[in-house]
Amino acid sequence: MPVTRAHDGLPEWRRSTPRQALLRWFGWLLLVALFVFCWRVMTQDTIWAYFWDAPNQAADIAARMMPPRWSYIDALWRAMWDTLAIATLGTVLGIVLATPVAFLAARNTRPSAALVRPVALVVIVASRSINSLIWALLLVTVLGPGVLAGIVAIALRSIGFIGKLLYEAIEEIDKKQVEAIQATGATSLQVVDYAVVPQVMPAFAGISVFRWDINIRESSVVGLVGAGGIGLNLEASLNTLAWSQVSLILLVILATVLVSEWVSAKVRAAII
Amino acid sequence: MSTLASYPTRWRRPPFIASAYWRWAIYGGALVYLVLAVGSVEVNWARLAEGLQRGGRLFAGFLTPDFVSRWSDIVIGMQESLTMTVTSTVAGILVSVPIGVGAARNLTPLPVYLACRAVIALSRTFQEVIIAILFVAMVGFGPLAGFLTLTFGTIDFLAKLLAEDIEDIDKGQVEAIRSTGGSWLQLLDYAVTPQVMPRLIGLSLYRLDINFRESAVVGIVGAGGIGATLNTALDRYEYDSAAAVLLLIILIVMAAEYGSGLIRARLQ
Amino acid sequence: MLLTIEGLTKRYGTGDAALNGVDLAIPAGEVVGLIGPSGAGKSTLIRCINRLVEPTAGRVFLAGDEVTGRRDLRFMRRRMGMIFQEFALVERLTVMENVLSGRLGYVPYWRSLLRRYPAADVQRAFATLDRVGLLDHVDKRADALSGGQRQRVGIARALLQQPDILLVDEPTASLDPKTSRQIMRLICEVCAERSLAAVVNMHDVALAQMFLSRIVGLRQGRVVYDGPSNGLTPEVLTVIYGEEDWTRSAQRDDDVADEDVHGARPHGREPLAAVG
Repeated sequence: MPVTRAHDGLPEWRRSTPRQALLRWFGWLLLVALFVFCWRVMTQDTIWAYFWDAPNQAADIAARMMPPRWSYIDALWRAMWDTLAIATLGTVLGIVLATPVAFLAARNTRPSAALVRPVALVVIVASRSINSLIWALLLVTVLGPGVLAGIVAIALRSIGFIGKLLYEAIEEIDKKQVEAIQATGATSLQVVDYAVVPQVMPAFAGISVFRWDINIRESSVVGLVGAGGIGLNLEASLNTLAWSQVSLILLVILATVLVSEWVSAKVRAAII
Repeated sequence: MSTLASYPTRWRRPPFIASAYWRWAIYGGALVYLVLAVGSVEVNWARLAEGLQRGGRLFAGFLTPDFVSRWSDIVIGMQESLTMTVTSTVAGILVSVPIGVGAARNLTPLPVYLACRAVIALSRTFQEVIIAILFVAMVGFGPLAGFLTLTFGTIDFLAKLLAEDIEDIDKGQVEAIRSTGGSWLQLLDYAVTPQVMPRLIGLSLYRLDINFRESAVVGIVGAGGIGATLNTALDRYEYDSAAAVLLLIILIVMAAEYGSGLIRARLQ
Repeated sequence: MLLTIEGLTKRYGTGDAALNGVDLAIPAGEVVGLIGPSGAGKSTLIRCINRLVEPTAGRVFLAGDEVTGRRDLRFMRRRMGMIFQEFALVERLTVMENVLSGRLGYVPYWRSLLRRYPAADVQRAFATLDRVGLLDHVDKRADALSGGQRQRVGIARALLQQPDILLVDEPTASLDPKTSRQIMRLICEVCAERSLAAVVNMHDVALAQMFLSRIVGLRQGRVVYDGPSNGLTPEVLTVIYGEEDWTRSAQRDDDVADEDVHGARPHGREPLAAVG
């Protein structure tokens, strides 16, 4: 009981019993111990001289970055086009692949609970667990370097994202509308067409645009592992320590991200 | 009442975009862009044919993953990834909470609000890998750079969502505590914390999960973690070892999602 | 008999019997009101007829063809138009698409997908929309309409099936008293025009008595009354709904009825469990 008798016999109120308080303190202690342990393991090989030198390094890099080498912009137009293509085509391909997966994973549209749904869920989890850059790494070794590897990497990562959000949206639809269409004697394909699709359409559009926005950011770095786009230029500039080019590339990426964010906000507002 | 024959026999659904001009401009523009974009993708068919074979080997690698031959590398990579995940999440929470509170318009004065929002905007601008590259350049290779990257990335996520949560809290409870004469810190303790705590714990667990996934990526640019192991394996075309690493990542992410789902369900 | 129901029983997973051996026969062209307290199985009965809810036992025949136990359900469902309590229109489709969806049981998939319905269907859809007074709203989205207008669309959708019978599940539960009467009047009129039979599930006894001549009373999944609506004496109502001072509502005149009847029934809607 939180209310106890103190030494002087007056009732005393505490938020929790001593046992609860002890448990809570023990929990915190455990967390701190875990943090300290992880920190020690993580930094066992760290060369701290480098760390303390970081401010000098940062100042040095910043100095080399300024001013950006504006003339380099001419080499970036094609890279920008490729980056946009990777994001857009990757998103389109991802949507095409994710939509059937979502319908197979949703409890109310899946054809079979025992076989198909678990497979669809595994596809979604596998796709979500692996970052676009790792997908790109894999695909560059398989398909060879280039834009194609980037597109497929973005698409494979998008399947899990779009698939998960879409199947959750499908599971949340209004059952009465489905029932009404079933009652007309519609086949199950017609039920999907007339009762399910209209209901998930806004969610579908919102999710797709949202993923496209994310994919713009991701496609700007898949080039680091050779999968095309402006990341290739970033990689090349870093390798030659051309920091004034790096700063220009970062500015261009920043501008693209801002524009894509603005576009996706506009499109989402138009849909809803 | 008119006869049946007097009604129209055709009906077309009204188009989504009412103005024909804009409809054609938008659909046509999108189509032209897609055709141009697809056309600009350079495909090396010879390399692709070879790729199919490699894809087959990669797929076979997934069926017979090799955990043994690179086991010591995998252990080191996983150890770095996991420790990086834990430390960066804890550090990220410690930094994000004050920034999140500062970025909630209903609790803080305008200058503080703007400063905190600026930090959040800064941290969300660039992909984490780019941040990782910069940290590697500053503090050298190794998990410390990864730790700094993930901590920085956590701020964007956690502070932003926390601020939005705080802005959404029930005003009545805030007014009730204010009307008792409570100070700003007491207000935080009695009116805000109880309302946002479950969400904050849920978001932190979710971020733990994201940080682990990201920790696999930062290794590619030298910031430590399992990504470096994976990168090496793929560079040497050791698809069965790479598959082993990927399967481990998927398993850990699944376990983390399941575990955090359980904890979140208990909290609600 | 157009619709024959024999020993219809529905037991849900929990073991509760929503329907317990219901027998019912409805001749062509007759409109029957179905009343009873919440949870009596009214909605379940209607949904067992077109097998939106699968009955546990018993048989249903439509014009001599058995509905229960057959695989080509589509061909039976399209002969039974259904009208719903909360309209159940597909909100994001246009009024016309909602009405045309009544033809889904007849047209091939590609026609429904491309919205290219046969000319005769489109003509009939326009005519039906004119009949229910919505010819000006053809291209509006269903969620832009008022409650009464939505239920008219629901009626038009059911009529476009050219059904033998209408299954009507609490058509007025989401409407105000005035609109409720208009909708009931419309349902009775279209049934008379096309000599359609109907089973109308009603929570409002006064409204049922006002429009329908034959009433079936359901209690705990059994038929406890089947007779003319003027035979609903206080004693009969007590059998159907349980003890209550029925004299006041039973003697009411048309215009002051609503309040008393609303006071008499326990809830406005069936609990979800009964709907399934």
